[in-house]
Amino acid sequence: MKVKLTKSATPLVTIMLALFPALAVVAGEKAEDNYRTYCWQCHGMNGDGNGINVRDMSVQPRDHTYGKEMASRSDDELFMAIKEGGPAVNKSVLMPHWDGIFSDEEIRDLVRYLRQRCQCEHGKY
Amino acid sequence: MSAARKLVVPIVGIGLLVALIGLPAQADNKGMEILEARCSGCHDLKGPAPATLKELWARKGPDLFYAGNKYKRAWLESWLQKPKRIRPAGYFYVDHIKPTEDGDVIDKSTLKPHMALSAEEAHDVAEALMSLKANSHLITKGEYKPGKISLTMGEMRFDKFRGCMACHEIEPGYGGLSGPEVYTVARRLQEDFMMSYMRDPQAWDPKIFMPNMHLREGDLEKFVHYFRALSEEDFE
Repeated sequence: MKVKLTKSATPLVTIMLALFPALAVVAGEKAEDNYRTYCWQCHGMNGDGNGINVRDMSVQPRDHTYGKEMASRSDDELFMAIKEGGPAVNKSVLMPHWDGIFSDEEIRDLVRYLRQRCQCEHGKY
Repeated sequence: MSAARKLVVPIVGIGLLVALIGLPAQADNKGMEILEARCSGCHDLKGPAPATLKELWARKGPDLFYAGNKYKRAWLESWLQKPKRIRPAGYFYVDHIKPTEDGDVIDKSTLKPHMALSAEEAHDVAEALMSLKANSHLITKGEYKPGKISLTMGEMRFDKFRGCMACHEIEPGYGGLSGPEVYTVARRLQEDFMMSYMRDPQAWDPKIFMPNMHLREGDLEKFVHYFRALSEEDFE
C-alpha cells in the first residue's frame, strides 16, 4: 500500500527524521539515488552497461538505455532480477541479489526509473 | 640486607609493575589521541554506521569503531607506516569515476594518498584500534577452521559460481574495481570477521554497496581458504 502524505504532515515527518535518522531507511531512498550508489558500478554512469567493473566480466551488464532490449522484459522480470539476482530470471550470476539493501517498494521505484531510462514499456518501444 | 637496599628493592619492584601495567595503557592512550586528532576527520571511531545514503555519501574512509573485530594487528601496524591503496577506485567509487567514450574510468586525479605514520605512532594507533570492538555480537570467535582449496577451485567458486569478481580484483589488474582487492584480504582481515561480513554485509554496514550474496555456509569457509591461498602468492 502506498501512503500519501498531506502537506500538513510534511513538517512532522521532517522533525521525525531529524530525531530518528534510522526511520529514513524504512522510508526508502529515491530510485535515482539508489541507482547512482549501487548500480553505477556495473551499469555505468550513463546506464549503458559500461561501468568501471566491466573490464574483466564474461557477460556485459544490461544497457538500460537500449529500449528494444529493455522492452522485451516485463516489470515483474526486472523486479525479480533486482531482488533475487540474474539467475532468478535465467541471466548471469554477475547480477547479484539486492534484497539485503532495497525494500520491495524501492525495487518497484527502480523498475519505474528503468522505464524512464529506456523510454520503453514491456512490449512497447 | 642494608637499609638502603631494603628500600630500593620494593621501589624497583613497584616501578617494574607500574611499567608493565602502564605501558599498554599508555600506548592505547597515545594511539587514541592520534586517532582522535588526525584520523577522526575521515574515519568514524564511535559509530553507528551510515543508515541513509546521505550519510553513506558523506563517509570518507572505512569506519573504525569495530577495527578490533576486523583487522589483523600486525597488518595495521605495517600498513599505517607504508599505506598502499586497497580499493582501486577509492573508498567510495562514485566519487572517483568519470564517463568516457569507452565507458567509465577511474579519475585518478581525485584519489589522494593516505597519510603515513612513524613506526612508534603506527604501533600505538594499531594498539588503540584493536581496542575498538563494536559489533562483537556479530562475531563467532573461532568459527573459521583453517583448511585448503586450490587457487583454481577457489577462483571457480568466487568468479564463475558466485560472480564476486565483478567488483573485486583477484590479482593486480584482474577483476572489478569498485570493491577492495581480495588478493590481500587475508593479510588484512581476521578470518572470523570475513565469515561474518560475507554472511551479511548489511549487519555491519546497512548501506554498503556490497550486496548480501546469500552464500551458503559452506561457501563462506571455502572463500576464506581461497583468500588465504591468494595471500600467499607473490603478486609484487
